[in-house]
Amino acid sequence: MTKRQKGVVRISVAAAALLAFCQTAGAMHIMEGYLSPGFCIAWGALCIPFLVKGFITLKEMYQQNPKMITMLAMAGAYIFVLSALKIPSVTGSCSHMTGTGLGAMLFGPCVTGILGVIVLVFQAILLAHGGLTTLGANTFSMAIAGPFVTFGIYHLCKKCNVNKRFRVFLAAALGDLFTYCVTSLQLAIAYPAEHGGIETSIVEFLGVFAPTQLPLAVVEGLLTVMILITLENYAKQELKAIGFMKTDRL
Amino acid sequence: MIDLKKDTKIIIILLVLVVLIVVIPPFALKGAEFGGSDDAGSTKIEELQGEYEPWFTPVFESALNREIPGEIESLLFCVQTGIGVGIIAFIMGRLVERKKHEKSNSSC
Repeated sequence: MTKRQKGVVRISVAAAALLAFCQTAGAMHIMEGYLSPGFCIAWGALCIPFLVKGFITLKEMYQQNPKMITMLAMAGAYIFVLSALKIPSVTGSCSHMTGTGLGAMLFGPCVTGILGVIVLVFQAILLAHGGLTTLGANTFSMAIAGPFVTFGIYHLCKKCNVNKRFRVFLAAALGDLFTYCVTSLQLAIAYPAEHGGIETSIVEFLGVFAPTQLPLAVVEGLLTVMILITLENYAKQELKAIGFMKTDRL
Repeated sequence: MIDLKKDTKIIIILLVLVVLIVVIPPFALKGAEFGGSDDAGSTKIEELQGEYEPWFTPVFESALNREIPGEIESLLFCVQTGIGVGIIAFIMGRLVERKKHEKSNSSC
């Protein structure tokens, strides 16, 4: 083995050791069976109009330009990857990112909702992560509320002429963070504290999720900037075709 | 023409940052357990509401009649990552080759 090869082997061993650090099962999303049926149905019903809108938009976009499927697959795959990676955080527990920021910026929040549901169903059935009964609540927080914040911040910053890369970072990071704020709110409504009710509960749940999620939101922001820089370099025509990158470059 | 070199630099810097953010906690907090934050969530629920029995168990777990064994669960998470990375790598491979092709076509 040459010196360089040895170096590579060492790095790979180190990487394996690091990844093995965080093997404890379960991270975020509301767990199966933890919301009463009433809440399950209510959150699910709240999602339906967004998903219907997303489906219609998706169909229109596809009919206008079937090639958009490449970027759609990219956005979907990005959610798949990011929401499967459980990452250690400063609080000493693990959580995972949402990955919905990319889709929200490229296709808008409703289409991202459809992509998010696919991932959540996959995780609920095969991974016992999240759940079928809590699918509605989790869809609302991860696939609808988060993307909407991302989308809103992205376009607000665009109006204010914020640097495009910083704008992407901010939008993706805050969207990720907001997802967990919504989760806290959902849990707080379902489990109001005996003293102080929902307000106390929401502070308690935020206290569990927010500090863990903060560094991960930063990571998600940085990763989303990276993937968009790459796409802008290699997939300019696709991005133009879906209406991203009309005037400015990343 | 986009300056690829500058972008490459930015990506490397960001990548290093990401790795640092992810890698530092396990070293900084040696005693911590690094359990999932949803376990912390269910502990919180019990704190606020007393004993809580989930009224529905995941379909996969009720089919197995027990919790998914840890190794199998990590396999399934890997499968999820694998599907995603596979799609991204496939598309990126095509796009990168296409750009190369376009370049060599325009130069001659």
